Amino acid sequence: MSIDTESAVNTRETEDSVIRQPLGTRLAGAVKSQAMQIVLVWLAIVVIFSVLSPDAFLAVANFRNIAISVSILAILGVGTTFIIVTGGIDLSMGSVLVFSGVVASKVMESLGDGQGWGVAIAGIVAALASGLMWGLLNGFLVAKAKVPAMIVTLGTFGAALGLSQVITGGIDLRASPDVLVDSVGFGSLIGVPSLVIIATTVVLIGIVMLNHTKFGLRTSAVGSNAEACRRVGINVDRQLIKVYAFAGLLAGLAGVLNLSFFRSTTIAGHSLTNLDVIAGVVIGGTSLFGGFGTVFGTLIGLFIPATLRNGFVILGVEPYWQQVVVGAFLVGAVYIDQTRRAANSRGSTREPLFSRIFHRNRNTNRKES
Amino acid sequence: MTTPIYEARDIVRSYGSVRALEGANFDVYPGEISALIGDNGAGKSTLVRILSGADKANSGQILFNGSSVNLDNPTAARERGIETVFQDLALANHLNPIQNMYLGRELMKPGILGALGFMQRSEMRNQGQAAFTELGATVRDFTGPVSGMSGGQRQAIAVARAAAWASEVIFLDEPTAALGVVQTKGVMDLIRRIRDKGIAVVLISHSMPHVLDVADRVHVLRHGKRVAVMDAKKTNVEELVGAMTGALDGKEAA
Repeated sequence: MSIDTESAVNTRETEDSVIRQPLGTRLAGAVKSQAMQIVLVWLAIVVIFSVLSPDAFLAVANFRNIAISVSILAILGVGTTFIIVTGGIDLSMGSVLVFSGVVASKVMESLGDGQGWGVAIAGIVAALASGLMWGLLNGFLVAKAKVPAMIVTLGTFGAALGLSQVITGGIDLRASPDVLVDSVGFGSLIGVPSLVIIATTVVLIGIVMLNHTKFGLRTSAVGSNAEACRRVGINVDRQLIKVYAFAGLLAGLAGVLNLSFFRSTTIAGHSLTNLDVIAGVVIGGTSLFGGFGTVFGTLIGLFIPATLRNGFVILGVEPYWQQVVVGAFLVGAVYIDQTRRAANSRGSTREPLFSRIFHRNRNTNRKES
Repeated sequence: MTTPIYEARDIVRSYGSVRALEGANFDVYPGEISALIGDNGAGKSTLVRILSGADKANSGQILFNGSSVNLDNPTAARERGIETVFQDLALANHLNPIQNMYLGRELMKPGILGALGFMQRSEMRNQGQAAFTELGATVRDFTGPVSGMSGGQRQAIAVARAAAWASEVIFLDEPTAALGVVQTKGVMDLIRRIRDKGIAVVLISHSMPHVLDVADRVHVLRHGKRVAVMDAKKTNVEELVGAMTGALDGKEAA
């Protein structure tokens, strides 16, 4: 199957004439996919809160608040989705976010009067570099030292937080240039907050990367069957390091956004961020066992807890209930993933949950017939 | 048909004190199906691993198209158009057949998009489907993950993937071991079509009837050596078993 350039040119014209499945089939497939199911769940939650509180909940300003609260988590979620698709896990991203913010703040503080775009850009670069460094460290330890990802990132989770406290003496830094706070932290473009624009961009890049690039294909393949990748000459270790480095870079970006939004390095504020993000990734349908995941699902998986929290506050329900509900969602999402995996390994299609619940004696019937 | 496309001479490979191969010979010609049979421990798998670049011989010579080659890794073999389908198939279960076919050999978009890592997805889909169709591999669903497919389909996908990339030689290790009657026939037909494309096929199998059915020549390994080469049209199961077990020593010994 050698492809010379001439035939590539000729066939490119026919690229649009790809045999496509009928729209109905594709729609049915889309609805069946877990990402779409989770969208319907989120829409149901939105509808319920809208009915219960049409004025306060169903307001543009309120949705803007929800979107802002999801933005930083979504950026972490993109990187974490890639990591979980490789069959790994990342517990360190909250601490890496804090560390990157601390380094950025220190750098910006030390430069001149600490104001202006020059200083801001130096801070951004410092934060990205810090995040990338932690990501590379995670990736190297997972891929080359063969330490389980959970242990590696638990270690870097503690180490990054500890180093942040060493650098700051445990007291939050607040240095960030006004231009950064005004444009990124609280800025907006035609009514859309900058944070949301940045997060949306990152999510879109993540979706395109996972589905359209070699990097995305190989990320899925490594999580699906690393040995098969080695057989076809893919450098599995390098791919893993790249994925962890990418996630680290995004955690660095999230560190800048966090600093410019809260005007603080929030050292104590991200101890549970990792669990929130992983919950979002898993609710969104990404398999904890690797091989399959969607960035879009992760986004919705992060919107569900944020929407519940917001709605419960508006309705005056104790916000603690939100944790209970999110916990139930998480377990449910993994249950669905498990049944799908089991169905796939049997080579049959998964029976809908309800038919299995309501037809318990189905198997005995089959035996008799 | 004068020069074998791929030839092994006096291959020796030992693992510690175990001598897996003791001067084994093997050759295969373009457009020919050569079967490699032998009892368990005869050295079939070791020979295939060496010829596919997954293992290295202690001594001996490997000739590709008449000239000596040194295969350091499987990539070196693949670059020469030599593909291998091992028993575990090595498919990525979550990916679809097209993605599996192009894994590690993705078609990239030209120019800057390609440099950014963008793949020609529709191009891969079209060419991949054409490749599967050409080989008559009945893949019903090109968009679903291969984990949801039957054993026969997965085997067909693995064989077709190798055949699509193998321009010279393809090794098939027990391609029908786990298959039913109908599926086996499908894979056998697939093997014949690969041969008809002019590719040299090496079939490793335990099933004598299948070997006699599909192969042109049969190479028998015993105790790490090739003890016989038979014309599949002029031999039978008894003779093959005799050669495998040593009841017919010396015939056409190489």
